[in-house]
Amino acid sequence: MKISRFIKYSPQTKWYHSLTNGLTVLTLFAVLFYISVQSYGQAFRFSILLEYKNLFLEGFSRTILLSIISLCGSIFLGILIALGQLSHIIFFRVFSKIFIEIIRGTPFLVQILVFFYIIANFFQLENRFVGGVVMLSMFSGAYVAEIFRSGIESIGKTQRETAISLAFTPFQTFVYIIFPQLIRQILPPLAGQLVSLVKDSSLLSIISIREFTLAAREVNTSTYSTLESYVPLAIGYLLLTFPISMLTKTLEKKFKYET
Amino acid sequence: MRLNIINLTKRFGSHVVLNKTSVHIDNVNTLVIIGPSGGGKTTLLRIIAGLESPEGGTIEVNNHPIPTDTEQDIEHSPIMRAYRKKIGVVFQAYNLFPHLTALQNITLPLIKVHQLSEQEANDRATHLLSRFKLGEHAHKKPFKLSGGQKQRIAIARAISLQPEYLLLDEPTSALDPEFTSEVLEMIEELKHQTDIIIVTHHLGFARSSADHMFFVSNQKILENGHPNDIFDRPQSPELKNFFSKVLAH
Repeated sequence: MKISRFIKYSPQTKWYHSLTNGLTVLTLFAVLFYISVQSYGQAFRFSILLEYKNLFLEGFSRTILLSIISLCGSIFLGILIALGQLSHIIFFRVFSKIFIEIIRGTPFLVQILVFFYIIANFFQLENRFVGGVVMLSMFSGAYVAEIFRSGIESIGKTQRETAISLAFTPFQTFVYIIFPQLIRQILPPLAGQLVSLVKDSSLLSIISIREFTLAAREVNTSTYSTLESYVPLAIGYLLLTFPISMLTKTLEKKFKYET
Repeated sequence: MRLNIINLTKRFGSHVVLNKTSVHIDNVNTLVIIGPSGGGKTTLLRIIAGLESPEGGTIEVNNHPIPTDTEQDIEHSPIMRAYRKKIGVVFQAYNLFPHLTALQNITLPLIKVHQLSEQEANDRATHLLSRFKLGEHAHKKPFKLSGGQKQRIAIARAISLQPEYLLLDEPTSALDPEFTSEVLEMIEELKHQTDIIIVTHHLGFARSSADHMFFVSNQKILENGHPNDIFDRPQSPELKNFFSKVLAH
């Protein structure tokens, strides 16, 4: 059989095809999951969910808050570092490169521990939530910086030069020519990074920030019901990340054009 | 157009592109620059376009020297920007802005750089597009247009600025052959509206449309004159060699 038959060439999928196929796949997963749970030898106790509802919701909302603030922080930091990388001043370039390499080259878990027990301690940063936001912003910011840098570089010299030849100022060139094209370039990877950020926030549970993952762990500790603690956790994260993916698809369509 | 080039020199690093070349012409409407690749013709055009600064020498167009700015680079210099406002440039690869429609490609510089109102800019652009039979494409983005249409829109964008002179850098060489004539016809029509300097490999166009020609090779304007002289009585071995290569096909 030819591989090419599997590859979709035209994007002419009707919405109801997507819906029915989506439901089929979800049902398939559910059945598989149900069978696995059965062989695990324990019934799923929904009562635990109800009992610890508040703990879950509290953690969930904390995760949302943590993600939103860190998202803003990481975009702000990311732009600064991307500009640093493209700067004429060598110090900024080197600083940005080293920052990115250190953050991307070491595990987030290690960064959390080092930052929290050494750096935050030195600066006497007591508030764990603030510390978590700072760490997550720095971690995600390094990736966002790379996304921005490659986006700016991909727009190419010719577009810039055309704008120069038409006597646009550097500021106008950025606002009217570079930025609109940049948005289209970076939207997909940026959304991917946002999804990662939401998931990465779970690691902050190790320094006892009471977010979603820690809530689930607490439920697990007090009930010994692993399944009932962690399945809602997975679903909760999906509830957060799925709309982001959908939103990106919509925005991508809106900015769509070929070059 | 009056063009006075004195001892013009341009280097990229250690690579000399133009070396102390001089020429003086007067009363020229359409100047065609020909020459082998890497000979310096595009660089000469880019210096006139205010996109490169020469290392030495001067160029005067219509008795006004092209400004130089020793303080700031080409992109940031207000002096150079003020100069570029007065001219129109068309590039080989169309260089339309892909996120804007054909109409917006023309109106954006009019509104932002030349401070026209949106209404005025739209009127001017619409008028130009219909004049060159591009009206139906006004609201299409560049990826929906053929190479010939894109280049004609790029030319319309340049001419909409009502430039003192129009500079075209090999405007047909990125095109499929069937689109070449529509672009050349458009340039032919614009001759009556503004002075034109064009770098091209289209010797047929050069012969029929130019009233003056430069042959640029070996870092200099080796020959300059009326097309009849250039084609019928080439002097330098370089130009003879160039014709024998180009006209052999």
